[in-house]
Amino acid sequence: MDNLSGMIMALQGAVSQGVLWGIMTLGLYITFKVLDYPDLTVDGTFALGGAVSAILIVKGMDPFLTLPFAVATGALAGTVTGVLNTKLKIPGILAGILSMIALYSINIRIMGKPNVALLGEATAVTRIMDVTGLSNSVISLLLGIVFAVAIIGLMYWFFGTEIGCAIRATGNNEYMVRALGASTDQMKILGLMISNGLVSLSGALVAQSQGYADVGMGTGTLVIGLASIIIGEVIFGRRFNFAYKLMSVVLGSAIYRMIIAIVLQLGLKSSDLKLLTAVIVAMALSIPVVKKMVAVR
Amino acid sequence: MLKLLKINKTFNAGTINEKKVLVDFDLHLKTEDFVTVIGGNGAGKSTMLNIIAGVHTSDAGSVVLDGQDITKDPEYIRAKHLGRVFQDPMMGTAANMGIEENLAMAFRRNRKRGLRWGITHEERALYGEKLKILELGLEARLKSKVGLLSGGQRQALTLLMATLQKPKLLLLDEHTAALDPKTARKVLEITEEIVTENKLTTLMVTHNMKDAIRYGNRLIMMNEGRIIYDVSGEEKKSLRVEDLLKKFESISEAGANDRMILA
Repeated sequence: MDNLSGMIMALQGAVSQGVLWGIMTLGLYITFKVLDYPDLTVDGTFALGGAVSAILIVKGMDPFLTLPFAVATGALAGTVTGVLNTKLKIPGILAGILSMIALYSINIRIMGKPNVALLGEATAVTRIMDVTGLSNSVISLLLGIVFAVAIIGLMYWFFGTEIGCAIRATGNNEYMVRALGASTDQMKILGLMISNGLVSLSGALVAQSQGYADVGMGTGTLVIGLASIIIGEVIFGRRFNFAYKLMSVVLGSAIYRMIIAIVLQLGLKSSDLKLLTAVIVAMALSIPVVKKMVAVR
Repeated sequence: MLKLLKINKTFNAGTINEKKVLVDFDLHLKTEDFVTVIGGNGAGKSTMLNIIAGVHTSDAGSVVLDGQDITKDPEYIRAKHLGRVFQDPMMGTAANMGIEENLAMAFRRNRKRGLRWGITHEERALYGEKLKILELGLEARLKSKVGLLSGGQRQALTLLMATLQKPKLLLLDEHTAALDPKTARKVLEITEEIVTENKLTTLMVTHNMKDAIRYGNRLIMMNEGRIIYDVSGEEKKSLRVEDLLKKFESISEAGANDRMILA
């Protein structure tokens, strides 16, 4: 009985964390799926969002007001990666790694130390708690859902516009996009900006929800995001329209957290999670190849 | 209309693989000229097109289009004036996007893209009409992903996209080379129809001498980065493939390479 209620508690927390992290996954979807660009900047940007938001809260800013700052700094980090890649011709993965490494130092500079605790500070979660009296995980979940729905709506609109179409086409066929009068450099930079802005926002919300920001909180963000995207695709299919796909990505993130929670309850250590995530992603990415091998036999 | 002035282009300069692809290359095109370009592998045909399109920058010389010096303009800026179809049918279209979305991208080739909706209702009607001209039944499949189309269909679609907004110059880079003979014929017929109807100035690279003679009002033959034969009007109409082969052999020491003979 104890075990069961513990499991339910854990799952509830997992879902709310999953939805908050799902906002990161939406950002990653833009680079990985739309632009076909594996952007490692996100490991740094996620912590950047947390750092910026936490330090501004400690300095006395309204917790909600810190969010636009998190988005803006994230977008800036994305711009740097984009310029490194498109203008300075540094290969995509390396450009992301460079930004990620640089952000490690920058994040510590921003916080003045490797982590900032928000104990006793007003966060978005405690603000709502004061008014409604709901628990942290329920508020986090509601907050995550509100943001996720709004962002999915915005993304659905944006990727239907002329610029949005050009970004989608850039991930498809750069030659065509240039031949049709759009700058693929600009499209990539713009995509990276939006993506990292969302990842940073997600980092800020997670920091406020868990009550601290830590320079290491973004480690593995890319891989976790990929796992979430893949889980979403496998469970909900690739059919239907863009909004449906985005929704399945957020749900994929929630399911990823639930899997993690269950595995932890079964006795795995939290330090084993990175290995587990890597295995999940490697397996999922290799499915098409393995299918082919089996078919050839 | 188009002037290439003293274009020089060397690949891998200063290395053992140095190759002078274009040497003091001059070319003048008049408005509504339909010029076919032939020449062996490595003659510089594709490089010439790529320098006009801005894919490569020339080492020296200038590109003037309609009185405007575009030598320094990046590829995507020049694209506002140019329609292009590539040899590889995969290169001209976005496979994961629908037919209408591809056309909508092409429709905005010479406009600034903003936050307006990427495709409007009026456009859809226009695309349906335009696709009917191709006689491939694509007008009934506006939403289909382009990746589902055959090479010939994609090439015909690319051609339509390249000319959806009338380009000052249409560049065709062996655009039927990857297609089977029947499909190639069909795409060439569509090409001629569109070029004639819209009075387009056109530069078509081909390795097929028959096509080079049959289409267009002017033919140029290239070898080692230079124009070695330039013929137009009545003289071109009376050309035969044997004349071209002889011409080619007389100037090129190595003789026509196997690709030219097979053609």
